[in-house]
Amino acid sequence: MEAGSSTVVAGTRMRGTGSGNLVPGKVEGTLGRILDWLRRNLFSSVTNTVLTLVVLVVLAWAVPPFVEWALTDATVSGNAKSACTGDGACWTFIRIRFPQFFYGHYPSDEIWRVNLAGLLLAAFSVPVMRDNTRRRGFWLLMLMTAFPVLAGLLLVGGVPGLAYVDTSQWGGLMLDVLIAFVVVAGSLPFGIILALGRRSQLPVVRTLSVGFIELWRAMPLLTVITMSAVMLPLFLPEGVHIDRLIRALVVLVLFNAAYMAETVRGGLQGVEAGQEEAAYSVGLKWWQVQAFIVLPQALRHVMPGIVNNVVDLFKDTTLVTIIGLFDILGAVNQAIKDPAWLGLAHEGYVFTMVVFFACCFAMSSYARRMERRLNRHRTGRH
Amino acid sequence: MVRRPSRRAYIGQWVLLAGVVAFGWLLADMVAGNYARKNLHFGFGFLADQAHFDLPFHLISWNLFDTYGRVLLVCLLNTVLVAAMAIVTATVLGLLVGVMRLSVNWLVRNIALAFIEFVRNTPQLVQLIFWYVGVLQTLPSPRQSITLPGGVLLNIRGLFVPDAVMREGSGLLSWLALAVLIATPFVWRVKIGSSRVGAKALFLLLLALVLFAAGVDHVEYPVLQGFNLAGGTQVPPELVALWIGLSIYATAFIAEIVRGSIEAIPKGQHEAAQALGLKGLQRLFLVVLPQALRIMVPQLTSQYLNIIKSTTLGAAVGYSELMQIFAGTVMQQAAKEAETMAIVMAIFVGINLATSALMNWYNRRVALVER
Repeated sequence: MEAGSSTVVAGTRMRGTGSGNLVPGKVEGTLGRILDWLRRNLFSSVTNTVLTLVVLVVLAWAVPPFVEWALTDATVSGNAKSACTGDGACWTFIRIRFPQFFYGHYPSDEIWRVNLAGLLLAAFSVPVMRDNTRRRGFWLLMLMTAFPVLAGLLLVGGVPGLAYVDTSQWGGLMLDVLIAFVVVAGSLPFGIILALGRRSQLPVVRTLSVGFIELWRAMPLLTVITMSAVMLPLFLPEGVHIDRLIRALVVLVLFNAAYMAETVRGGLQGVEAGQEEAAYSVGLKWWQVQAFIVLPQALRHVMPGIVNNVVDLFKDTTLVTIIGLFDILGAVNQAIKDPAWLGLAHEGYVFTMVVFFACCFAMSSYARRMERRLNRHRTGRH
Repeated sequence: MVRRPSRRAYIGQWVLLAGVVAFGWLLADMVAGNYARKNLHFGFGFLADQAHFDLPFHLISWNLFDTYGRVLLVCLLNTVLVAAMAIVTATVLGLLVGVMRLSVNWLVRNIALAFIEFVRNTPQLVQLIFWYVGVLQTLPSPRQSITLPGGVLLNIRGLFVPDAVMREGSGLLSWLALAVLIATPFVWRVKIGSSRVGAKALFLLLLALVLFAAGVDHVEYPVLQGFNLAGGTQVPPELVALWIGLSIYATAFIAEIVRGSIEAIPKGQHEAAQALGLKGLQRLFLVVLPQALRIMVPQLTSQYLNIIKSTTLGAAVGYSELMQIFAGTVMQQAAKEAETMAIVMAIFVGINLATSALMNWYNRRVALVER
């Protein structure tokens, strides 16, 4: 992206002649700047010009058909497949099935509860994510404690005024967001404990932590999720049945904690030893040193890493489809098999990818921005 | 060492250990109780039982009366096959896209960026299912097969590649070719006088090719016969989908690793190489990449492990790998949940441990060379 990073490779630079003044009688003004930019970035040498032309040909071959399919020839209106007469995409399908893709089988009269929970999530997240928030820790604590209680109350119901909604009716993108949130909230504290354990000077604690982390990281996520579905019941006493969703959540928390631990460990290693020594020398105890001196600094450093972990986790929530939970991928898989809407797999999966791309790209861009800010702060100081 | 833990902490850790052991014992007791109640027995004896089901894809021979043990072997080979295919493809493509990301050409650079961002920010499972349901299952029937270069045909039944039919008694030649192939990296390191054989060893690859070609009687191309294709080897669509899905996803991550490692090489290296008169690709392959490799390898290894773990997603498209068949069909048919899951987990943990060991060995060697 940056011009500085483009020093090297493919498309050799023009040798001998300087990059600029190849054309005699340089044009001034905006047009001149555009021409100059084109010359520098697209036609700086023979190789480069050939590359540009090849890429343009490929784009001309690939992009127009896709745009025609997705936009110009597409149908949005109507209520049935018969409305889709054009050659393009049948977005009608997505429009009609929208509630299932987003809320699963949640009762349609109660969908406002999901929306309200979503709004609450946004309201609690904004102060945590903003650049200059005072008392970020307080808001983070609220997000991790008060919000889950409120959202849980809203989604499950069962209290006067709110009808009970069974978890088997939850689904769609809401389920993906919910799983991601619960797993992050659960695995972050657990991961921090594991990371501290891995750095502990106590041999038993260290060995247990390393063993736990490496064992979970060695296993494929799908195996872990399948285990939650078929094996966890074996570990429960007779007559105890735990909801399928909760079983998956428990296992996902354990799995993700191992990855969280490795992310946090990176941050712990980044805290200078002097910080810890100074804290001990003023008489703080081990847990005080970790909680008030080491962790606040470490966590600030690994925030980008944690957000990236959330992105990975959010993408991986689609795997619960395989054990029969009805998330957005499950909803799409089912919807495209509906006899009334056959042959719309492309629309379904493209829609799913776009939804995930929007969420994940926003999060990873945020992580990258945060990383740049952290680095600027560091380079400014040293 | 900042501070020695207190005596209380030292005692505390044994209490923790006792707690963990007690918890483990409790779980084991619970499992034993559940097994006794359901009249089940823990054991791996079922591996010798006959499977009585058909495997759609197998590299070694298979019939209905083979054992569950052989199912495990077949599945393991299938997993290894797709993992190896994806690792090779993803490495080559990742290198290409990573280098594109650093191009001076704005268009090339940003196309690579768009590709990477799109792939990295969408779920692998959705991509995989898209390749399978959205692309491979919408291909034409064998009659309207798409012809690819080299006599390769693509249709809804998969990818059909030409077969080399070996002449009778050419077994020895093939073995010789294989032996030459294996010997190549060793010959590379042999010293004659004061200089290594080095890249001249690549001639051995040519020799191996000639030896192999000498044994080939003719090449059998897949051709249409009635409603299906005859001749050649059929690569089932499930394998193709999983291969593409795993490769494309890993390509995006490997490209970022390649870019990061190349950027980490000091600019002076490029400039010195340029001063010596090396051209663009020479600079890249002779000066920059060999140094970048040292930074790349640990990250690449973890990507390779990710690919190996992700082969389990084959269960979503019905490829006969460990998860789909062994921890699926076999588990249900033999009613051995704990045993099959334990075997599958042991395999993956084993692969991980072996790779870590190999990594440590490699890192030590690279560190030695550095001095």
